[in-house]
This record gives sequence, structure tokens and C-alpha cells, in this order.
Amino acid sequence: MSNNVAKTDSTASGIGPVEGTPLYSVDNPAPVIEPPRKRTKKTGRATRGNFELYAWLFMRLSGVVLVVLVIGHLLVQLVLDGGVSKISFAFVAGRWASPFWQVWDLLMLWLAMLHGTIGLRTIINDYAERANTRVWLKGLLYTATVFTILLGTLVIFTFDPNIR
Amino acid sequence: MWSWVAHRVTGVLIFFFLFVHVLDTALVRVSPEAYDEVVATYKTPLVALLEYGLVAAILFHALNGLRVIAVDFWSKGTRYQKQMLWAVVGVWVVLMIGALYPVLGHAAAEVFGS
Repeated sequence: MSNNVAKTDSTASGIGPVEGTPLYSVDNPAPVIEPPRKRTKKTGRATRGNFELYAWLFMRLSGVVLVVLVIGHLLVQLVLDGGVSKISFAFVAGRWASPFWQVWDLLMLWLAMLHGTIGLRTIINDYAERANTRVWLKGLLYTATVFTILLGTLVIFTFDPNIR
Repeated sequence: MWSWVAHRVTGVLIFFFLFVHVLDTALVRVSPEAYDEVVATYKTPLVALLEYGLVAAILFHALNGLRVIAVDFWSKGTRYQKQMLWAVVGVWVVLMIGALYPVLGHAAAEVFGS
């Protein structure tokens, strides 16, 4: 058959001996040519799923809740009952004696930290032009975020009004 | 454009304060004295001025954030975005005047004598 001819004579040149004869067959397959922009193990996934959408949505949902939580917080701490002058360890102890304010502060801590972290992530992505700079800044950001959320959560849960 | 810039700037400022604020509050786990000492700096006139600035940043970020949400989710949001910006500025000015005495009153009393 003609594939025998192609195998012996024309594999290197790629031109068949007779016009119209198939060059390659099951026994003599064509060489595999990689697509120029084929994704490899190093290029990462093609998409990040819907992460950016969820981040965008989270900013709006947490934003609405934070408006209530933070402005309430400002009223209690800076405006009502003498403003900042009344704040002391005793005042904090009085507030955290109530689960209501514990939940309020915990929710505010988590939402504000995540809201701020996603916001700063956007800003880093926008202004840090070198890929390395972005990686380092975001690494620093996420480290600080995890540390602060854990510290704040620990403080709220382990608060001891009779520490001394 | 400028509301967008201001939203970013105020957001970053608030976020940096948040770090400091969680750290200073964490002092309640050290001792009542350590906490009261650091809170005492919050009561000085200079820091009171910074607090007024913080309130300004938070109120703008909150009000303009609600405007951004309205632009994104309200069908007529883009059409009224400029009017909403003026509403944001108006409410912000009113609230900032309202915050003047509660936030800065004690500082003024200390600086100028009551």
C-alpha cells in the first residue's frame, strides 16, 4: 500500500510521492505539534472559577452590614454617653458582658477585615505592576489579615473582666 | 472619578486604622492598666482631631459605598449617580457638623479651657 512508500521515502520531507495519497496512517501517525499557547502545568488554571464575582458581591453585601455595625459602633464609642472620655477597661468589660455586643464586635471584626483585605487586594492588583511585587504585597496583606482576625477573635472569646 | 479616588483613599486609611485598633483593643488581655493607658492617648486633643478625620473617612466611605451599590443594583442608578453624589456630600456635611461637638468638644474644652 501507499503508506509503505511514505514510511520509507517521504517521512522527512513531508511530501507524498504521489499527489492525493495520504501521508500518514495508523501505522505512520503524523507528528504531534503542540498548540503555541497550550496551557501547561506551569501556566495554571484557565479560570479562577467565580471568585471575582463572589468577591465583588461580598464587598456590596458586607458593605451594607458594615454601615450599620460601624456607624453604631461610632455612636456608642465616640458620641453617646460622654464620647471617647468614658472609654476604659471597665467600659469594655461592661459591654462584653452582653453576648449582643460580643456578636456585634465579632461580626464587625470579621466583615471589616475581609472587606478591607479584598479592597486592598484590588488596589495592589491595580497599581503594583510587577508580578513579583504583587505576590509579596498580597502575601504581606494576607499574613497581616490572618494575624489580626485571629488576635481579635481570641481577645473577644477569652476576655476576662477579672484579669486583675 | 474623584469620588472613586476618595473611596480608595478613605478605604485604605480606615483599613490601616483597623489594624492599629485591633492591636490596642487586644491590650485588654494584658491588663486593665495597659489598656487604659493607651486609651488615654485617644482622649488627647491631637488624637481627637485624628478621630474626627477617621469619622470623616468612614462616613464618606459608607455613604459613597451605598451610592456604588445603588449604581450597581438599582436600574436607574447610573442615571442618577451624579444626584446621588451630591446627596452623599450633603448628608456627609450634615453628619460631620453633627459630629463636631461629640467628637471634638472635650478636646476644645481642654485646649481653650472650659
